[in-house]
Amino acid sequence: MTDCYVYDTVRTPRGRGKKDGALHEVTALELASQALKALRDRNQLDTSKVDDVILGCVDPVGEQGSNIARIAVLDADYADSVAGVQINRFCASGLEACNMAAGQIMSGQSDMAIGGGVESMSRVGMGASGGAWSTDPQVAFKSYFTPQGIGADLIATLDGFSRDDVDAYAVESQKRAANAWAKGYFKNSVVPVKDILGQTMLDRDEHMRPDATMQSLASLKAAFEQLGDFAGFDAVAQQRYPQVEKLNHVHHAGNSSGIVDGAAAVLFGTKEAGDALGLKPRARVKGFASIGSEPCIMLTGPALVTEKLLKRAGMTKDDIDLFELNEAFASVVLRFMKVLGISHDKTNVNGGAIAMGHPLGATGAMILGTVLDELERRDQETALITLCVGAGMGTATIIERV
Amino acid sequence: MELKNFKWDQDADGIVTLVWDVPGRSMNVLTSTAIGELAQVTEKVVSDSTIKGLVITSGKTNGFCAGAALDEMEGNASSTGGKTASPQDALAARYNGVMQFHHVLRKLETCGKPVAAAINGLALGGGLEVTLACHYRVVADNPKIQLGLPEAKVGLLPGGGGTQRLPRLVGAMQALPLILQGQSVDPQKALALKLVHAVVPLNDVVTAAKNWIKGTPDSVQPWDKKEFKIPGGGPFSTGGSQVFTMGNSMLRKESYGNYPAQRFIMSCVYEGIQVPIDAGLRIEARYFVKLLQEPASRNMIRSLFLSMQDLGKGARRPQSEPRTEVKTLGVLGAGVMGGGIAYVSAAAGIDVVLVDATIEKANAGRDHAAQTIDKQIEKGRSTPEKKAEILGRIHPTADFADLKNVDFIIEAVFEDRAVKAEVTKKTEAVIGATTIFGSNTSTLPITGLAEASIRPESFIGVHFFSPVDRMGLVEIILGKKTGSHALAVAIDFVQKIRKTPIVVNDSRGFYTSRCFGTYTREGMAMLAEGIHPAMIENVGRMSGMPMGSLEVMDSVGVDTALKVTRQTKKDLGITGDDPAEDFLSWIVEKANRPGRKTGKGFYDYDAKGKRLRLWPELLAYKGGQWRTDADVGEMKERFLTIQALEAARCFEEGVITDPRDADVGAILGWGFAPFTGGPVSYIDTIGAAAFVARCDAFAARFGERFKPNALLRDMAAKGETFYSRFAPQKQAA
Repeated sequence: MTDCYVYDTVRTPRGRGKKDGALHEVTALELASQALKALRDRNQLDTSKVDDVILGCVDPVGEQGSNIARIAVLDADYADSVAGVQINRFCASGLEACNMAAGQIMSGQSDMAIGGGVESMSRVGMGASGGAWSTDPQVAFKSYFTPQGIGADLIATLDGFSRDDVDAYAVESQKRAANAWAKGYFKNSVVPVKDILGQTMLDRDEHMRPDATMQSLASLKAAFEQLGDFAGFDAVAQQRYPQVEKLNHVHHAGNSSGIVDGAAAVLFGTKEAGDALGLKPRARVKGFASIGSEPCIMLTGPALVTEKLLKRAGMTKDDIDLFELNEAFASVVLRFMKVLGISHDKTNVNGGAIAMGHPLGATGAMILGTVLDELERRDQETALITLCVGAGMGTATIIERV
Repeated sequence: MELKNFKWDQDADGIVTLVWDVPGRSMNVLTSTAIGELAQVTEKVVSDSTIKGLVITSGKTNGFCAGAALDEMEGNASSTGGKTASPQDALAARYNGVMQFHHVLRKLETCGKPVAAAINGLALGGGLEVTLACHYRVVADNPKIQLGLPEAKVGLLPGGGGTQRLPRLVGAMQALPLILQGQSVDPQKALALKLVHAVVPLNDVVTAAKNWIKGTPDSVQPWDKKEFKIPGGGPFSTGGSQVFTMGNSMLRKESYGNYPAQRFIMSCVYEGIQVPIDAGLRIEARYFVKLLQEPASRNMIRSLFLSMQDLGKGARRPQSEPRTEVKTLGVLGAGVMGGGIAYVSAAAGIDVVLVDATIEKANAGRDHAAQTIDKQIEKGRSTPEKKAEILGRIHPTADFADLKNVDFIIEAVFEDRAVKAEVTKKTEAVIGATTIFGSNTSTLPITGLAEASIRPESFIGVHFFSPVDRMGLVEIILGKKTGSHALAVAIDFVQKIRKTPIVVNDSRGFYTSRCFGTYTREGMAMLAEGIHPAMIENVGRMSGMPMGSLEVMDSVGVDTALKVTRQTKKDLGITGDDPAEDFLSWIVEKANRPGRKTGKGFYDYDAKGKRLRLWPELLAYKGGQWRTDADVGEMKERFLTIQALEAARCFEEGVITDPRDADVGAILGWGFAPFTGGPVSYIDTIGAAAFVARCDAFAARFGERFKPNALLRDMAAKGETFYSRFAPQKQAA
């Protein structure tokens, strides 16, 4: 098997995913283009050497539709020979795109490829691409469809995480993100989004609430309580988990991932391809995996895929220096750490999506860059990146510095 | 053209009035012959150039059409499509049969000439579906007229295009609840929904239909027009995805996934409205045929429609006895049950003499009736005038002498042999020599109570269920000496108050209480095994039961459950450790939580009796180490199996003799999982051999109570079903 190396990681800052967000007036295509251009320009990349660009996008309709990866290749003035494909593994799309790019290289079918993702949640609403899972009675019934927030609350209920537990986690995420920004831990990967006049539109994650406290979060109303009751989703969850007398609704906007806009891109290649272009490898892709998990609770995939991947890689959790798990909801991370017996000291050390937001299609590629930057800063070796995934899945990647 | 179901009349304007009038039936039903005739009519309308349009109306005064002939359908469902046909060929034959009807209605609505339905009475199921294939619907202005698709109520789906045309007319959001719940609407509501085009006085419906044809009629259905869009949008429109996403979750919440009809209806609408109508009709036809393969549908049609109808018509009434009518009823005891019985009787037009120890107590029974009516008035289901009329028929008294001229007695005093014996004697001293004495008891054997009577042949058990005004079943119990006249009077009375009678023989707990008791006991056994209380409750409901077993125990009284447990063990000479009894004793005697009546039992309740939460100390019992790994499917099977097994024991002991009584009584009496068709349909569907094997396996693992009886073993050996071995006598009156 050919070794696959990570040469560079870039991401845009994350703009608040609302009409008044700083990136709302930027098209999704432009976000993807700017990430690709940054990757090219920082590395003086001869783009004709890139075989494929794989971008994750979760709602690929409208301006994000058809195949935004190939269109972004054209828009970013890459060589015509660079192919492009958009993929969708829901929330893990960005990481899955990286895994597929790495897979092309490891299998010897490409020499250089880009993985990444884009999502303008302010411009193309979450769920805009529809889908059969919740609507088609045939599958919704048998798989006990419930929205993710109900799944997150179900995890809290089953694992006994209280409102205080999840809020405390959220406060810590905000603190860590603020600290990392203040100390410039993200500066290596973050490239500001600029307008056509060259003026900076956004150079920092816009969603953060560093002043969040237990008190301020306590005032927020549980977000999924009404939905669970009024639309019957609590009952659906109870039919799947009949040991639950009543769902404990603990999640709200303050301890769930933020809705934001953003894009990311990661450059992968063989040693030879990098050498030929004068690039210095930063890390090697040790392995990757995806897994399916019970779809009603939906968000328990990270621990399962981590176990699967560690086993495949012949490693144990103790071989991993840093864990980066997307903070879809606080309970997802709390469960992950509880099930695997991992300390918070090693997990999401610079905060995560609760503080900075989760641009669905891009996040996986973003956090790969974040944790690689942190490995370098700490001079540590190995990191595992994972995300929980809609419809009950998990995706994970292990990287090690070279 | 020879028509039997319809009368053909062409007027001078070239408008044909087709009067639907099935011979020999009081109400029109849609049969395969009627469908064939509709096809001929359409041919004629198309080919005869003198015909300008068609009006379809009914010749029956009480309705347009009540729907498809379900007896025909049941035969269709269980037929194998000929002895030589392979299962796949049989399915194809059935599918083609359903499509035949679609072709007829499609031809009608695309015949090129205007077709109007003049709906002069109720139009339900297939009846409404015929009108939906007309271009214009005018209905008589009578609020009693029901328009609807009730198929889902008996486990079916509207198979005549209802799942396709109704959403295309009114949108999925409005159509789905109507189809899923089988609700019907009155003419004004139908007009507001745009389900019909006009509402006119009864005598004008045909004229209005003709006037529409004479005007500028549109003879193209909305869905056959190029620009057609589903009202409210399809499943991937903004509103549409909510309709289906939340529709699916609400449906699972309410049905626990036990009812294939509702699931298939959702699929028919979801898949059907995304394609042209002809494709939609094919989709509906496939689901319809698939649904008929489901045991749930066949069992529900049999129990909830055919058997219930048979029993309601007096199938169990002794033929030799002349018909009787109760005009005046004596009710002894004006408590909750007595008051309820007085109310339902008075509401059915019967004069009631309501006796209690004091006039105050007797009045309280009438007040109870008044409260029941007040609630109905609040909901718009009754009026102050009706209230006055009904209450006027209830005559409270403390004087037994007032019972002198009553036609029938129902005793509903305290469940105590001595008390019952005393009022029996007092009553028999005044009433006529042939007046039948009915005793409303839920537990005390009738033969024993009849010992207090000087004429036990006229003494019969009449077991009502609480709340009397809402529960549709009456369990009639024959004591050893009860005569056939008493049975005839009791059945005639139950029919008059529009409830369904079942007939059982005497036994401890009769049939219903005895079988239902096994459900709560199984819940206690699970608790004793350490299964999480929430799991016991949720899985109980998921198995199809209306309440969790601990919840039932709270409402019956945990103290009562403890008493019954100890009494039964004493009677049967059982000794030794009993974790279930220990639990009951802990909850009742140590924690003083006798049940809902005190706001404390297995659950905590608020002051109004609303269930709040499981008792936290119960959840914390033994450090809260409850099992949550029990197999859910197996728990469901345990709940239903133990009840069905008890029903089988009742057959062996002769407590119950007719499978219709067993199934209908279980569903109406204690809410036994309706989708199964009842406990003996449940066994028949599984097969006696498989059921016996399951019982043996459960007996080995969970206790002797699951040991199958000799009857079941014999049936298993012979490959018999309850409906074959105990085939109901078709002797409907």
